[in-house]
Amino acid sequence: MRAVAAFLLMIGVAAPVCAQSSELMLPAKVEAGAAFSIQSTGTGKGTLYIAGLGQVLKRDVQLGETTWFPAGTLYNAGHYAVFLAGNGSAASGAFDVVPVSQPADLSFLARPSRLAVGLHDGITGAVFLFDAYKNLIPVSMPIEFRLTSPSSETQSSTVVTHNGAAWTVMDSTAKQGTDKFVASSGAISSTRIIGQVPGDPCGLKMSAKPAGRQIQLQTDPVRDCSGNAVPDGTIVTFTEAYNGAQSTVDVPLKRGIAQVEMPAHADATITVASGVILGNQIRWEK
Amino acid sequence: MNKGGLLAGMLGAATIGLVVIGTVWPVSSARAYAGGQGLLRSSSTPEAAVQNLGDQIRAQAWQRAYESLANKAQFTEPEFVGDLMGYYPNLRTYSGVDHVEVFPLHASDNDAEVQLKLYWSTVVGPSVSTRDLHVVRDGDHWVAEWPIVKRPVVPPQVIPVNYLRWDVIYRGPGDDWGTQDVESPHVRIVDMHPVQRAEGLVILGELLNEDVVPAYVSVTATLLGKDQTPFATEGSFDKISHLLLPKQVTPFLIQFPGASLSDVQSVRMTPFSTLVPASADPVIEIDNEHLNPAPGASLTGQLINQSGQVVNVAHVLGTFYDSTGHVVWIADQYVDSALLPQTPVPFEIHIPEDLARKVSSERTVVASYTAGGVS
Repeated sequence: MRAVAAFLLMIGVAAPVCAQSSELMLPAKVEAGAAFSIQSTGTGKGTLYIAGLGQVLKRDVQLGETTWFPAGTLYNAGHYAVFLAGNGSAASGAFDVVPVSQPADLSFLARPSRLAVGLHDGITGAVFLFDAYKNLIPVSMPIEFRLTSPSSETQSSTVVTHNGAAWTVMDSTAKQGTDKFVASSGAISSTRIIGQVPGDPCGLKMSAKPAGRQIQLQTDPVRDCSGNAVPDGTIVTFTEAYNGAQSTVDVPLKRGIAQVEMPAHADATITVASGVILGNQIRWEK
Repeated sequence: MNKGGLLAGMLGAATIGLVVIGTVWPVSSARAYAGGQGLLRSSSTPEAAVQNLGDQIRAQAWQRAYESLANKAQFTEPEFVGDLMGYYPNLRTYSGVDHVEVFPLHASDNDAEVQLKLYWSTVVGPSVSTRDLHVVRDGDHWVAEWPIVKRPVVPPQVIPVNYLRWDVIYRGPGDDWGTQDVESPHVRIVDMHPVQRAEGLVILGELLNEDVVPAYVSVTATLLGKDQTPFATEGSFDKISHLLLPKQVTPFLIQFPGASLSDVQSVRMTPFSTLVPASADPVIEIDNEHLNPAPGASLTGQLINQSGQVVNVAHVLGTFYDSTGHVVWIADQYVDSALLPQTPVPFEIHIPEDLARKVSSERTVVASYTAGGVS
């Protein structure tokens, strides 16, 4: 491929010098995948080269006749150089292969795939429009973005592509669950799933009761400020301070609550926290 | 015979001669490493008896060390070895004694108290264990009694465990390039500040996993000079708890040996996180935490494994705060014995003397490692 390209470049440079009686009549542009023809002048036999990004064609042609290229011959959009060599004459030219204006595919990037509830402009979506041959379509086209939240609340916006791309931002809603984020252009659409997860615990509260020589500590069901249950596995830290000493234990939430038994010390102060969120404090006087 | 042949013959004869000399009159260190009685002194003093015992432990000559004990009838040789090396795989399993030190504590005509310090070389650095031995006179020599710590017994039982576990399916090679991969956990540095120490600059801070999934984390700091040019980059290495469950906080400490705070215009912090499979088990309670003032300032306490599985290695990280709640120091200790279920294991973290008086409160976290994977 590289050798052919180098050869074409060489004869391309030489063509204006060598050009004698042959001429090429080229289309101004060809839609990707469409059939097209190239007309040459002169007599005798020649070789026609067409070279562009990712594609090189070579055809033996009869000078003075029309050479037909069937549909699907050139499908990569870009600028193509054409060279004709033969019978002591040479000619060159160029034309463009442009993307099909009908979109056939879109690539949809939605970020992040997981975020906390209630974030303004927390979700971004970007779309790149492609034709059937995976060429980016630079023509402006409308893209509809639609985000459906777990509570069936829908946010939507329509954005016109610019140089083949369009993007938008959306808010995460107050309810945890799975968002369905759809980008569509005509009949073409792509769907991404966004996980909305609970935020920081809110109003963290524990209670204590004696359990033999221990204190049984248990939180109320832990929820975020929107009322979503904080997921199991979230760490809740219990700290008991007594007589200048301290005991600490990190407990994961299980079935929505955290519970642990700690040594019972008279006049102990027990606190609960999760991450940087502090809960209530209990003074154990027994 | 030509000159080459003569030289070869002389070299061969010299080699054979040296082998014979080394075999018949070996140096004491070679005998010791070969399992002989080399380097052992006469046990004519209590210190010499304990030194000999320490040398035998260092050479892992368990049988000779056990046989030399005065109280060997009280325990078996496997119990003696288990007391030194642990009964379950732990930090000691992959370590050896580098050297020993002996300190006389008390002596009379017939008995003495001698302290034996064993300096272990472990995969995470040196570790020192200290035993006070009672030594008794036996005729013209002294013999040591080993202060055996009996093996903790966990009664046979079934402990049901139903803690959460997270598994991860990552993006596959056949997925469209626009397909999202699983989102990396969101972590946040909630505190950070540099401290100038004699040995260099130290960055202290705390990192929070604010996500709902477990995270493998680390922190890198880059020092920028007066012209905003980076001139040093270091990571937290093991001065951090690398596995953070949701809403868990770890301290981190990053050392820049030889660096000076006066050369630093700013510090660029780069937290790293990636989603990893993890388990919410084991839960480890940190009990009886005490801040002991200088001299010999330390944080002491006990670890109690509240889960059913044995924790092979525990890494304790202490964060020390001043009265205003700012982090003033971070220190750590690897516990060199396995944590059995519901069995307290003590720990002691040393605090630099000059910082001890500033310390007003502390927070301790434990990173645990279980044979077969990080837990």
